[in-house]
Amino acid sequence: MEQTKLNNLKNIAAKIRLGALEGVHAAASGHPGGSLSIADIMAYLYFEEMNVKADDPKWADRDRFVLSKGHTAPALYATLALKGFFPESELATLRQVDSFLQGHPDMKGTPGVDMSTGSLGLGISTACGMALAAKVDGKSYRTYTIVGDGESEEGQVWEAAMFAAHYKLDNLCVIIDWNGLQIDGTVEEVMNPTPHDKKLEAFGFHVISIDGHDFDQIEAAFNEAKTVKGKPTAIIAKTVKGKGVSYMEHQVGWHGSAPNDEQYEKAVAEIRATM
Amino acid sequence: MAEKIATREAYGNALAEFGSEYDFVVLDADLAAATKTGTFKKKFPERFFDCGIAEGNMMCVAAGIAATGKAVFASSFAMFAAGRAFEQIRNSIGYPHLNVKIGATHAGITVGEDGATHQCLEDIALMRTIPGMVIVNPADAVEARAAVKAALEYNGPMYLRFGRLAVPVFNDADNYKFELGKGICLRGGKDVTIIASGVTVDMSLKAADALAAKGIDARVINIHTIKPIDRDIILKAAAETGAIVTAEEHNIIGGLGSAVAEVVCEGYPVPVVRVGINDKYGRSGKVPPLLEAYGLTPENIASKAELALSMKK
Repeated sequence: MEQTKLNNLKNIAAKIRLGALEGVHAAASGHPGGSLSIADIMAYLYFEEMNVKADDPKWADRDRFVLSKGHTAPALYATLALKGFFPESELATLRQVDSFLQGHPDMKGTPGVDMSTGSLGLGISTACGMALAAKVDGKSYRTYTIVGDGESEEGQVWEAAMFAAHYKLDNLCVIIDWNGLQIDGTVEEVMNPTPHDKKLEAFGFHVISIDGHDFDQIEAAFNEAKTVKGKPTAIIAKTVKGKGVSYMEHQVGWHGSAPNDEQYEKAVAEIRATM
Repeated sequence: MAEKIATREAYGNALAEFGSEYDFVVLDADLAAATKTGTFKKKFPERFFDCGIAEGNMMCVAAGIAATGKAVFASSFAMFAAGRAFEQIRNSIGYPHLNVKIGATHAGITVGEDGATHQCLEDIALMRTIPGMVIVNPADAVEARAAVKAALEYNGPMYLRFGRLAVPVFNDADNYKFELGKGICLRGGKDVTIIASGVTVDMSLKAADALAAKGIDARVINIHTIKPIDRDIILKAAAETGAIVTAEEHNIIGGLGSAVAEVVCEGYPVPVVRVGINDKYGRSGKVPPLLEAYGLTPENIASKAELALSMKK
């Protein structure tokens, strides 16, 4: 990838991380770890990959995005705000009673949110529905969904995988955010859902494994996915939970707790230093 | 003797009938032959998708389709639609208020021989607790067809409850008018009111005949739309007849009887006696002895109407 483009994407990802943390810090509540792990993929999706219009969020032919791991809404909100769907000043209202930024995504309230999610395992199925509808209507838009690695312990994820392959949804791209941690520990300790690559291949997916923080690999994966015909694509993205904030990285405790003022300042300084 | 048709049969026929006029897709979970969505599948195979035995996924797929602006019917047995997939319906269909029509068949004990695990007696209670969910429980084939048409005209989540059993067609197809949220007074009366829904409507008309023979003038109201319920027709009945009996093929907890009692208690308190499944599971059996065993008979409805009447102040 050309250096200017790469720097630009890195800056966007840093801003997504800052926006996500701003919301979680202001709310003193939320899920920073998994928001930070998907920030690079979110940056690429919304600023390179997906065809969306911030001034027309319900545009019928837009590409769709479903955050199946809905608890990492802070990353989605920061991305949408950066893209211009709503003012960045809204990010600090996260989880407040009069805010349209709910703890988990609400398609009715937040411009740019394509599906309400939060209850794990449901989002990937709704993404299948969108991809199927595109086929029925002969439309060329694509549907993207990010599923958590812990989330893949939900049986419905595999019902959806079966469905996607059965109906040859090659317009569907499932990204597994393999950050390795869930609330009670590592995913291997809690309820091992691996190997995702072999399982998804067996279900009928075209599988691409990447480093989810490497923009060259992210770009190559999304480009490859678009060439695949007759089957859905799964991108297994190896990521770091808490990525970009030294004391949060690989720490399960940062799944669902907010930084205090001092921790927040440290996190902001670390991320700013990379920009 | 009136012609007998199952409301699920009318459902499948209506989907096929309206398939040309309206743009919608139909999903099923390996029960198309039983739910009768197979009738639609035969005519519009390109708009029918079997989701396999995976009802939770089906409901969310339906939500995703609806989110793109396309209407969709998702069908299974009531047990696996409202029961198995409750949370999917609540979070992916109800919460975003998406245009998904849940066509739930084989509701109630008239499923018969399959027994308790397949006789859903709590679907109305479950669906009533979902904000914005419309619930329609047609009483015969004419009403079922009209309900499907109304569902296609309505934009939002709706639960349609159909039965397995062939039931008498008592509505007149040429003159029948269906209005979402409006009860229908099938028989005037001043002493007591029987409020029924689904298969119990025909039984209630027979109960009213039996009561008339005893000199009791019973009003009969058909509540096809359980949510939003027709408060006006219920409160008018409470005020004018002073006693109410409800009849439903559902647990008496949370269904029509509860809905009517809520309206009456808050608006015009009079005695309400509930006939239904008395907080029990169903069981296997032929339908007539099952109905007898659970008290879903014109005789029991008439007897409970007399009880309500005796409780009038």
